[in-house]
Amino acid sequence: MNTQELIATHGPREAMDYDVVVVGAGPAGLATAIRLKQIAPDASVVVLEKGSEPGAHILSGAVMDPRAMDELFPDWQKLGAPLGQAVTGDDVLFLSETGSTRTPDWLVPRNLHNHGCYVVSLSNVVKWMAQQAEGLGVEIFPGFAAAEVLYEGQGRVVGVATGNMGLTKEGAPGDNFQLGMELRGKYTVFAEGARGHLGRQLLAKYKLTEGRDTQTFAIGIKELWEVPADKAQPGRVVHTAGWPMSGDTFGGGFLYHLADHQVTLGFVIGLDYRNPYLSPFEELQRWKTHPAIRAHIEGGKRIGYGARAINNGTPQALPKTVFPGGALVGCDAGYLNAARIKGSHAAIKSGMLCAEALAPALAAGRAHDELVAYPEAFGRSWLHDELQQTRNFKLWFKKGKAIGQLMAGVEQWLLPRVGVMTPPWTLHNHRADHEGLEPASGFEPIAYPKPDGRLSFDRLSSVFVSNTNHEEHQPAHLTLKDAAVPVQINLARFAGPESRYCPAGVYEFVKGEDGADRLQINAQNCVHCKTCDIKDPTQNIVWVTPEGGGGPNYAGM
Amino acid sequence: MKILVAVKRVVDYNVKVRVKADGTGVDTANVKMSMNPFDEIAVEEAVRLREKGAAGEVVAVSCGVTQCQETLRTAMAIGADRGILVETGEELQPLAVAKLLKALVEQEKPDLVILGKQAIDDDCNQTGQMLAALLGRPQGTFASKVEVEEGRVRVTREVDGGLETVSLATPAIVTTDLRLNEPRYVTLPNIMKAKKKPLVVVKPGELGVDVAPRLQTLSVREPSGRKAGIKVPDVASLVDKLKNEVKVI
Repeated sequence: MNTQELIATHGPREAMDYDVVVVGAGPAGLATAIRLKQIAPDASVVVLEKGSEPGAHILSGAVMDPRAMDELFPDWQKLGAPLGQAVTGDDVLFLSETGSTRTPDWLVPRNLHNHGCYVVSLSNVVKWMAQQAEGLGVEIFPGFAAAEVLYEGQGRVVGVATGNMGLTKEGAPGDNFQLGMELRGKYTVFAEGARGHLGRQLLAKYKLTEGRDTQTFAIGIKELWEVPADKAQPGRVVHTAGWPMSGDTFGGGFLYHLADHQVTLGFVIGLDYRNPYLSPFEELQRWKTHPAIRAHIEGGKRIGYGARAINNGTPQALPKTVFPGGALVGCDAGYLNAARIKGSHAAIKSGMLCAEALAPALAAGRAHDELVAYPEAFGRSWLHDELQQTRNFKLWFKKGKAIGQLMAGVEQWLLPRVGVMTPPWTLHNHRADHEGLEPASGFEPIAYPKPDGRLSFDRLSSVFVSNTNHEEHQPAHLTLKDAAVPVQINLARFAGPESRYCPAGVYEFVKGEDGADRLQINAQNCVHCKTCDIKDPTQNIVWVTPEGGGGPNYAGM
Repeated sequence: MKILVAVKRVVDYNVKVRVKADGTGVDTANVKMSMNPFDEIAVEEAVRLREKGAAGEVVAVSCGVTQCQETLRTAMAIGADRGILVETGEELQPLAVAKLLKALVEQEKPDLVILGKQAIDDDCNQTGQMLAALLGRPQGTFASKVEVEEGRVRVTREVDGGLETVSLATPAIVTTDLRLNEPRYVTLPNIMKAKKKPLVVVKPGELGVDVAPRLQTLSVREPSGRKAGIKVPDVASLVDKLKNEVKVI
């Protein structure tokens, strides 16, 4: 049964009215809510979060630039924000298969300087932000997914509806069925993160990407380790380029030492990769076995795992961020600074800018119109300047690693030394990531080493430590537009890339009893990274929200 | 009829627990906590009895740290009418909880106390039984069905051989098994209503209960990992290995 039929038989849906409805309790959504309550204490603000609690679906490197946090909470240190570990040293390494070369500090381009930043668990930061928000009177409802945008009249957004709960696998109401409910707002702010499920629909409906570059993404896969005391170097930040990536694939590793003998590490690969045999998960696994990396974690224990698609962050690809009745903030728009490998400061800043436009609009009695003041304020902000300075970074690398390194050096090292902060030229991209995949016939399968169970692992034991679960009797939330495409196109032409790019083993090609291939979707394993929604070559996979509360339960990620 | 339901805040069932590096216990820092699933079943049952007209008021009780208030709010979102938190930062063992509950039972005078059969963190399966013993009242443990009759409760118990039905004079203690019911989804309006329901906080001292631990934990270890299996070429070598290497036959 579809939602309209369910409303007809079980409805009407209950509705609650707010001044502002925020979708997603991440850094951008919470910053929006917090900033609004700081300047307009009487505004009613509700935040919906599909994770079981704030932070449950938050995964990031992360080295945080405190600039936006300083603006949001000038006294964050006194308030106990979990930004406890300052960066103490930067290593930029170029890896060969067995060796590594450290870039001398004076040669490291400015975008990779992390002095003054903090190594954090963004999941913990978000938990703390949620407490601050609740203290200011924001209502946060974790465990409730915004599943549908509510429109009215001439296509104005008037809120969202939460997902139905208790549907059977076939989509019929089960014993404990609960119809979703409507949260109506004068303005609705979408802060779902990269490739938001509702954000995508809004981009299309309001043609928000018209005249802009095509947004591209990367997949980041991360692990959290507890290491022996003699290996701990709190505050040390390591970034690597080179092995195991070949020349034409954009990717690199990160390894950060937190306090309490914890190390967070991971690998990021551009989703415009060509070779369908590439497996981002297995690239991370073998990267960890490199002598320069294993030296940090050997003898330790992996305690967390997760993955998330990330925007590639070029301001040329930023969509229009407002439409009647709503706005996009954070990575739902795509403010990440890929060159600095940082996005949380941008997410927080964008949420604040949006809130600073919301407050006067509400005070003037406005509703459901375009918050033009928000993109205008962004244009005047430091965030705009920061993103402009690195606007070509990822795009140079699309032209090959040698050109990428050279031009990143010119733009981020050379030009700033002669006082040119923003490069005088602009590159553009109009190709979506899924179009980059080439037929398997042009490549050899990659022979990845078998996991050893100590440094490297398989997918299932990895998903196990992400604490992921979904109520098993619900309809699959990874939907196919055409059920025949996976075997006829994905498997036949591209050797089934979804079985490799999915970091959680959701997609498996299996032989049926009749010997025919079929795609098995293990939706329960999904860590909500959205990679399939982005990379599926024919865009046949559509990620929709599962029942609220499902998905990973990241702790300290 | 009045029902008292006990709810415990535990590490969420989806979280893979991890022993602290120093072996003193399980690491709960930044870990998601939620209501013990068996207690959720207990709340659901109490609320269903009230909805059927068999009970008048449902009071939820929790013992532990301040954050247990969230667990009580969840119980009230399912439908409990009010909450009582016995707040303490001390480690609470089953006997201490049973004593606290006994003191509350004497204050509140419920006709029925429903608890989860055990908590998924320590798996003790003791609190309900201890409470019944301390109160000197009948108990029906591992309930898969609860029916209220005039002055009595009929409880169907899940026992090894099948099902056993007992009839208890009230006030009585019931502990819930998995098949008793499937708890409802809490809805947003009910979460909002729950925020406005009364919640009282008391200290163990006010109830005259000494909660000092009686058991001492010496060390906590993770189970040793499973060794890799081997493939044997035929039945004879399997029998040989079972007999001479593993020595199980």
